[in-house]
Amino acid sequence: MIKFPAWINEYIDWISDKLFMGLTIKEYMKRLLTPFNIIAGLIVFVGLYFLIQRYTQGLVAVTEASNELPWGLFLGIGLFTQVPYSSVGFVLGTAVYIFGLKKYHPVLKNAILLGFLGYFFAVVFILIDIGRPWRIYYPMVISFGTNSVLFLVAWHVALYNLVQALELAPPAFEWLGFKTLRRWAKIITLALVISGIMLSTLHQSALGAMFLLTPGKLHPLWYTSFLPWLFFVSCIPAGLAYLIVVSKLTQIFLKDKADSHYLKSLDNISLGLGKASALILITYVGLRLYSVAQENVWQYLNTPYGHWFFVEFSLFAILPFLFYYGVQRKNVGFVQLTALLTIFTIALNRVNTTLIAFNWQLPHHIYWKEGVVLIAVLTIQLLIYRWVVNRMPILREHPDYISEVHLPSAGTSVASKGS
Amino acid sequence: MMSRRDFLKIGGSLLAGSLVGDHGMASAAKSFTGNPDRYGMLSDLTRCIGCRRCEAACNKANNLPEPKTSFEDESVFEEKRKPYVADVQAYTVVNRYYDSNGKPVYRKVQCMHCDEPACASACPVVAMKKSKEGPVIWNEDVCFGCRYCIVACPFHVPAYEYSNAFTPKVQKCFMCYHRISEGIVPACAEACPVEAITFGKRSELIKLAWTRILSEPDKYIDHVYGEHEAGGTGWLYISGVPFSQLDFPMDVGTTPYPEYTKDFLSMVGLTLISWPALFGGIYLMSNHRAENVQDEVVDSEKEEDKL
Ligand code: SF4
Ligand code: SF4
Repeated sequence: MIKFPAWINEYIDWISDKLFMGLTIKEYMKRLLTPFNIIAGLIVFVGLYFLIQRYTQGLVAVTEASNELPWGLFLGIGLFTQVPYSSVGFVLGTAVYIFGLKKYHPVLKNAILLGFLGYFFAVVFILIDIGRPWRIYYPMVISFGTNSVLFLVAWHVALYNLVQALELAPPAFEWLGFKTLRRWAKIITLALVISGIMLSTLHQSALGAMFLLTPGKLHPLWYTSFLPWLFFVSCIPAGLAYLIVVSKLTQIFLKDKADSHYLKSLDNISLGLGKASALILITYVGLRLYSVAQENVWQYLNTPYGHWFFVEFSLFAILPFLFYYGVQRKNVGFVQLTALLTIFTIALNRVNTTLIAFNWQLPHHIYWKEGVVLIAVLTIQLLIYRWVVNRMPILREHPDYISEVHLPSAGTSVASKGS
Repeated sequence: MMSRRDFLKIGGSLLAGSLVGDHGMASAAKSFTGNPDRYGMLSDLTRCIGCRRCEAACNKANNLPEPKTSFEDESVFEEKRKPYVADVQAYTVVNRYYDSNGKPVYRKVQCMHCDEPACASACPVVAMKKSKEGPVIWNEDVCFGCRYCIVACPFHVPAYEYSNAFTPKVQKCFMCYHRISEGIVPACAEACPVEAITFGKRSELIKLAWTRILSEPDKYIDHVYGEHEAGGTGWLYISGVPFSQLDFPMDVGTTPYPEYTKDFLSMVGLTLISWPALFGGIYLMSNHRAENVQDEVVDSEKEEDKL
């Protein structure tokens, strides 16, 4: 055995304490062998194998990769569907910090983590999908297509990733015990939240605006000059519903990582989020109806695509009423199920817009390997989420900082509290 | 394919463009002030005999892969081919149709070289670009393969090399930009034995097209495809058969494509300026309110957080 000086040993102890949650490596490894982990591991393994194929043989190895449907599931779901869910970070940040709705504070850190991971993995999907991923930063430094909506999306998603990473810094520093850094990170919160609002409103709507360039290719029932607005308005209930569902899942699976305060507040919060979702969804439904009237495309309603549109639209139309019903009855389970349906409906809308109703006159196919890679990457995302929640104070308050949460004027006390 | 020198030239102008900021780009979106002397091509479908010599010349001029069957093979007409897809590696193809009398009509397909191209307004790195000479060109040095150009093109033209892992290219006709820059006519126009393809200044080609239509009104239909389509294209067609019967996209409208996103893009600056003020204001208001409320609930166990 090699003998390290004491300070190195201490350092190693500190690292393994952080990484293995105070367990020895052996114990930790043993704990990892659960059926869930084994299945997840297999999925990830197969997905990574396909990814190697993708990076050595080109996109054709794992995607249908046609010029009729240049974008498949990676962007259709990984970017266009994941990003509206990830609005959760900015929506909750706005609610708590800007509108002062303290009621939602217990879920705020979780919301920011979900938002951050969502955006981070949207970028991962972009890296998988674009032809020369090593040039991902080109729109930032090499060549500026300022007339392109995608240029805007690229910049905003990049900046917003940075903003969310910084927003996530306080719990990360709490976990690592870096008190001074945490204090600094806290001080810039408000600026971060406001820049988050700016970036989010723009890129959420920009994702819709990208399809403004495809009249004639996107089915008339989906193509409308309202696309940016529709994408923006619908991203808010998407994020809220996402949070409702994930909160429920944490209540079941990550109970031991949460404090009682978090667990107790969830029901009330879910009802509040459900109420907000109902209001925004009804706005969305009205806007959507108005856009169809505006474009005057009723004649398409009685076609196969029209029926499909009807399915999507009906789902959207019942959601606000389901939420309203659940909230009125104070039936949390009902609200949670409605939230699950909302998540599905938003995904359906984004997949319809980007894949199914896109180039609707041409045939398209999706290659199954694409689905496997998608699921594998999402599994990695889930595992990272769990890894973080297991370690950092996300669903709970860190013991050292509880007082901040309870103090009425914590804003000033943070600054005066030395480290 | 473009030469190295062309890349450098474009690279230089890109650099210059980024130094002067987006002023030039913004004005380009407002109203089209293209080079009035820009080049175009005119395809006269009444003249085309389907000999495919343009395909052969294009293949050679652009060093494209050898086709599966020879350029004399007529069996290819049995299906409607697209340029540059997995099995047809070409920048242009000729497809066969029949008019109402059963007489064959041939249509050459390739990039339309739009005046205000959808592909260029989609590209986040200005890899796709309308050159001042007229061809819509592509810069391999900056393209990162997002394929938004392919999504945006209303004529279904650009194609991607999905089976290329390390240097995948966007492929389409570049109107022989490398030849034009040296003052040589594009290969297809040069090769056509019946002058069905004419190269020249777009403004003059439009006059030529209408002269032909007006002098033989029975032979032609009354439409120059590309004069106004998608805001005007560099490649123009005249025909004796309605274009809709030859698979020409008839739903592209006459609005230049950059117009569709212009309103959205012009909103961006406004949001960037007004949002901080708006939400900062709301923050100050709600902050104040929260403080008042807090005074009343301090003692209760209710969570009050203000970080
Ligand atoms: S036809 Fe398509 S690829 Fe060619 S210039 Fe127009 S938009 Fe671009
Ligand atoms: S694939 Fe290349 S040329 Fe096409 S839009 Fe993307 S970066 Fe531009």
